[in-house]
Amino acid sequence: MTVTLTDQPFEPGALVTAFCVGREETGAVATFVGLARAENGQAAALELEAYPGFTDAAIGEIAEVAAKRFRLHDVHVVHRVGRIAPGEAIVFVATAAGHRREAFEACDFLMDYLKSRAPFWKKEHGPDGARWIEPTDRDRTDAERWD
Amino acid sequence: MARVLLFGRLADQAGWRDRVVEAIDLSSLRGALAAADPSLGEALVAPGVQVAVDKAIVRGEAALSPFTEVAFLPPMSGG
Repeated sequence: MTVTLTDQPFEPGALVTAFCVGREETGAVATFVGLARAENGQAAALELEAYPGFTDAAIGEIAEVAAKRFRLHDVHVVHRVGRIAPGEAIVFVATAAGHRREAFEACDFLMDYLKSRAPFWKKEHGPDGARWIEPTDRDRTDAERWD
Repeated sequence: MARVLLFGRLADQAGWRDRVVEAIDLSSLRGALAAADPSLGEALVAPGVQVAVDKAIVRGEAALSPFTEVAFLPPMSGG
């Protein structure tokens, strides 16, 4: 299980390829890639702040929960921090399981957690300046599906 | 004494994000920060602001050593 925070752009395809290597008992790998939206010019850039050592530990704990709940063989989470331009990947989640249902559901579960409860602080830079963003009601109700 | 970290809008409001402050426990730390910057003092006790001592969330009081790291965490946005 790996959780990585990085301030550098990453290439999701290379991460999927590496994640699939050497898995003889894994029947299913599900992946999710989140990209930064331009919001029709309203978001020139996103800025994500993390607390190194705290944020990655919190994501690691929820990845352990997912691994147990969905009987995963492995999990890989990569999350950008710092300034992110529209179109760049913000988050990559890969889950490996014996069968597809567990892999899909674990990926969905992890993303709902990451979007609503993970310890990040998000600022959107737009034409009218910068503003701090909080989770939307939709993010919260999505996460509550798993409680 | 403790190393104090501010995140998100708290750091923007205070104009700093990392500072060493003389204090023996969390309440004296909050007092010292509020004395230097009353509006920051208010923001630190606002609803939704959590405190982590050495990267673990603490509710209530905690003693501080010179090597303790105290982080004030405003409501988290998710990624």
